Amino acid sequence: MNTVFSINGPVVKVKDTTDFSMLEMVYVGAKKLVGEVINMSSEETTIQVYESTTGLKPGEPVTGSGMPMSAVLGPGIISNIFDGIERPLKKLEEISGAFIGEGSMVSSLDTEKKYSVTMKVKVGDSIKGGDIYAVCPETPVIEHRCMLSPYLKGKITWVAENGDYRINDVVAKLRKDDGTEVELTLCQKWPIKQARPFTNRLPINKPLITGQRVIDTVLPIAKGGTAAIPGGFGTGKTMTQHQLAKWCDADIIVYIGCGERGNEMTQVLEEFSELVDPRTGKALTDRTVLIANTSNMPVAAREASIYTGITLAEYYRDMGYHIAIMADSTSRWAEALREISGRLEEMPAEEGFPAYLPSRISEFYERAGYVRNLNGSEGSVTIIGAVSPQGSDFSEPVTQNTKRFVRCFWALDKALAYARHYPAINWNDSYSEYMDDLSEYYEENVNPEFMKCRLEITKILHEENKLMEIVKLIGSDVLPEDQKLIIEIARVVRVGFLQQNAYHKDDTYVPLEKQYLMMKAILCLYEESKKAVASGVTAAALLETGLFEKVIKVKYDIPNDKPEMFRLLNVEIEQGIKKLVQEVV
Amino acid sequence: MGLQYVGLKEINGPLVVLDNVDNASFDEVVEIRLDDGTQRLGRVVEISGKRVVLQVFEGTKGLSMTNTRTKFTGKPMELALSSEILGRVFSGAGKPIDGLGDIFPEKTADINGHPLNPVSRTYPRNYINTGISSIDALMTLIRGQKLPIFSGSGLSHNKLAVQIVRQAKIAEDNGQGFAVVFAAMGVKNDVADYFRRSFEESGVLQRVVMFLNLSNDPIIERILTPRCALTAAEYLAYEKNMHILVILTDMTSYAEAVREFSSSKGEIPARKGYPGYLYSDLASIYERAGVINGSEGSITQIPILTMPNDDITHPVPDLTGYITEGQIVLDRGLEQSGVYPPISVLPSLSRLMKDGIGEGYTRADHSAVSNQLFAAYAKVSDARALASVIGEDELSELDKAYMRFGRMFEKYFVSQGEEENRSIDETLDLGWNLLSLLPKSALDRVDEKLLEEKYNDKAEELFQ
Repeated sequence: MNTVFSINGPVVKVKDTTDFSMLEMVYVGAKKLVGEVINMSSEETTIQVYESTTGLKPGEPVTGSGMPMSAVLGPGIISNIFDGIERPLKKLEEISGAFIGEGSMVSSLDTEKKYSVTMKVKVGDSIKGGDIYAVCPETPVIEHRCMLSPYLKGKITWVAENGDYRINDVVAKLRKDDGTEVELTLCQKWPIKQARPFTNRLPINKPLITGQRVIDTVLPIAKGGTAAIPGGFGTGKTMTQHQLAKWCDADIIVYIGCGERGNEMTQVLEEFSELVDPRTGKALTDRTVLIANTSNMPVAAREASIYTGITLAEYYRDMGYHIAIMADSTSRWAEALREISGRLEEMPAEEGFPAYLPSRISEFYERAGYVRNLNGSEGSVTIIGAVSPQGSDFSEPVTQNTKRFVRCFWALDKALAYARHYPAINWNDSYSEYMDDLSEYYEENVNPEFMKCRLEITKILHEENKLMEIVKLIGSDVLPEDQKLIIEIARVVRVGFLQQNAYHKDDTYVPLEKQYLMMKAILCLYEESKKAVASGVTAAALLETGLFEKVIKVKYDIPNDKPEMFRLLNVEIEQGIKKLVQEVV
Repeated sequence: MGLQYVGLKEINGPLVVLDNVDNASFDEVVEIRLDDGTQRLGRVVEISGKRVVLQVFEGTKGLSMTNTRTKFTGKPMELALSSEILGRVFSGAGKPIDGLGDIFPEKTADINGHPLNPVSRTYPRNYINTGISSIDALMTLIRGQKLPIFSGSGLSHNKLAVQIVRQAKIAEDNGQGFAVVFAAMGVKNDVADYFRRSFEESGVLQRVVMFLNLSNDPIIERILTPRCALTAAEYLAYEKNMHILVILTDMTSYAEAVREFSSSKGEIPARKGYPGYLYSDLASIYERAGVINGSEGSITQIPILTMPNDDITHPVPDLTGYITEGQIVLDRGLEQSGVYPPISVLPSLSRLMKDGIGEGYTRADHSAVSNQLFAAYAKVSDARALASVIGEDELSELDKAYMRFGRMFEKYFVSQGEEENRSIDETLDLGWNLLSLLPKSALDRVDEKLLEEKYNDKAEELFQ
């Protein structure tokens, strides 16, 4: 029997054994704490334990499970809340009360619940990995499709009747080419650190529509894309993640609370069960999976939580769904890597982070993508990771390395947050490389002029940025009238367009159509004002018309379902300014 | 287990190494008996076969390599608990030091606690009226929240903490079911004494549990202090259904103790010599605030930390800000211009505020007025920056209005007496009157209807 030799926090070593394999899941000690083999030599096997090791003694047994750290995949995942190693937190609460104890052995999914299964294969069918053999409704909005494990193939020899089954009931039998028989249930296991295979990647050209103007219009993200949200504390990373999780048009949301606050997870739980998904009319929890490893839960499980989350996402992608993953925050994950690395006495690179940090980050983000699955369906995984830079310094290793592997960078800004400009995404520091890939979609599905308008809007912001340098030095009074106008119109863009109120019933989610019309109204105001200024009207006189304020408040005044009201607004702008010009000239 | 080990293999700072030990368990407590018969406590921090590394709480001064006797107790560090702990004073390691004898325990609990299951939490919504305008209006404290005070050496954070304790108590059913757990880590004796006197004056001393680790006490005890305090708080909150306010001061000294301990263990440092796990370590303290489903009690934390060199990006305030639900930042400039409490409004924030204010909690117009005050005050700093370059006379009329608003805001809103307890209505009305110093068109965060109702045309006369 293998026994514990040394203990140092979550790192446990076993001497003189060759019984384990790399990344194998093991049970440590009398309490059967869950752990994973992370390093091996002929003398020593190193294990990181996913639970608190308080009370563990040398000489206690260590047993292997024979397989790598795996997630159980099957119906019952959606609407659930798991810890970092896929243990359902509600079950843990039943077992150990409000505080989480150690060594709680619970199955990841409800093994007693029955699902109404419809079989999709018949005896004699040849099926291969990824093929769907049964379906069942998992939540009111998600149909669960049971797929053959990717590396299996063979002939179906027996199929159960359609009916109600539990996840471990055998619903079909398969004879592999070598003659051995495999029993198929509703669930399967998959190692969390290994990406699930697919046929090929497809070009990325559909946006993930979020209803947030600064994202959809200015800095869009594609389905299957990757984005990072870096920001110091208090800049609204979590708030932005929540908004995206609520409103983005993915089929399923995997929300990973990695080393963050417990109260935030409670908030997500409460809020999402009350909110209604505008697309399906059902509760948002019906499409959401939560993975909660709060900052006071064991650090090794924090490292695993990111992988558990992405594995669940890939599984649903294989069924043909579009998934968005919110990882809040990837910095905590990187710090967990650093902590474990320190305990292993590895040579540190920058700021104590291990040298393999960049490769781990890139491995994670590369699991995103828009793909053709093994069964021919199309699905996507979009990753949106929050980054918490130490001291709000974007040059620290996690932010810098993340920047290299994501194509969307939404930099949150302290100054904007202090001014309560939310979402505090700084339009000068942020970028999206998906603009070109997506322009076709916007032009075909929203308006042919969408990209042109967007360019005009960003130009105004850019001009303002340049002018502000001067204004900071000498004040805005000395600027010529046309430049004063730019400053004023930029204010309309910032306050009226970029700033968005998450607590307002209309403004919290704005359809693309209205986003376009809002841009149009701002540009109409700008064009008319420019003409007026050219004919001698001052910027101050233009402001007095109240039209600027009116356009700013359009986000509240025109409901999302009344786009036709914009026509009236544009007429009002034109006439208002025409009248002013006549009076002055 | 009566087995004792005689002699040590190695002494290194607060760490002691023993050889040939059987049956030691990770994190268990050991009793160390010195030559002269005095006893110290320690804890197992690392085991490698029969070699065991111990951390000695009271320091290793006077330990001899040969005659020291070590006894393993077989259990982790525990704190004796009963309702009698109210009104008592303990050392950082949880030993009574007020001369009133040991606690007769109703139960004992592991001081490290266990992580609270997120599904067992209740999202905190109940606001605490502190009677301090800037906090109530702009960074509302919520029961079950952890809201630190970021301060600097020499600023009036202690005064502010005492005022919060005094005034928060009154709001709820005459202080029944309310208690304070006070943990001092590495603070000077007179600071601890100031707190004790203030608690006495405000009549809460019988409802205060104090854990004192003063600046000359051993650093290992300092690492235990907040854990003991929170174990006591959890007991009172979740088993005795009390509302507990925990004051932890000073978290910077605590973090320095962690750093000192880490370096003596020879661990690889991350930023500024602090260990890589400082985030997890701080989180294991701060995350013990909250409200549990089905329990009437709650734990609200006000950790106080002094930012070295007033630097908010220093690892301690930085990591704290990432864990806590907001922060109250004090500013030296304000303090020097005579503003008390010197709360720097812009970087301060309460994350839980949005769900605990408004109709049914404070007042329907609360979020509008606080948003507008923040936005307007942010403009003030722009105007000030500009004025410092071109002079105030050259500013536009609007910027001049902002300058005036800023001065009045600091003088009448932020600043208030140490004994002054403002009601939420007073505070919010004051906010509207101050906003009315600005032209209506500048108030773009407020709904027009609300603005018509609240805008005070005669505001100029109120503030001189």
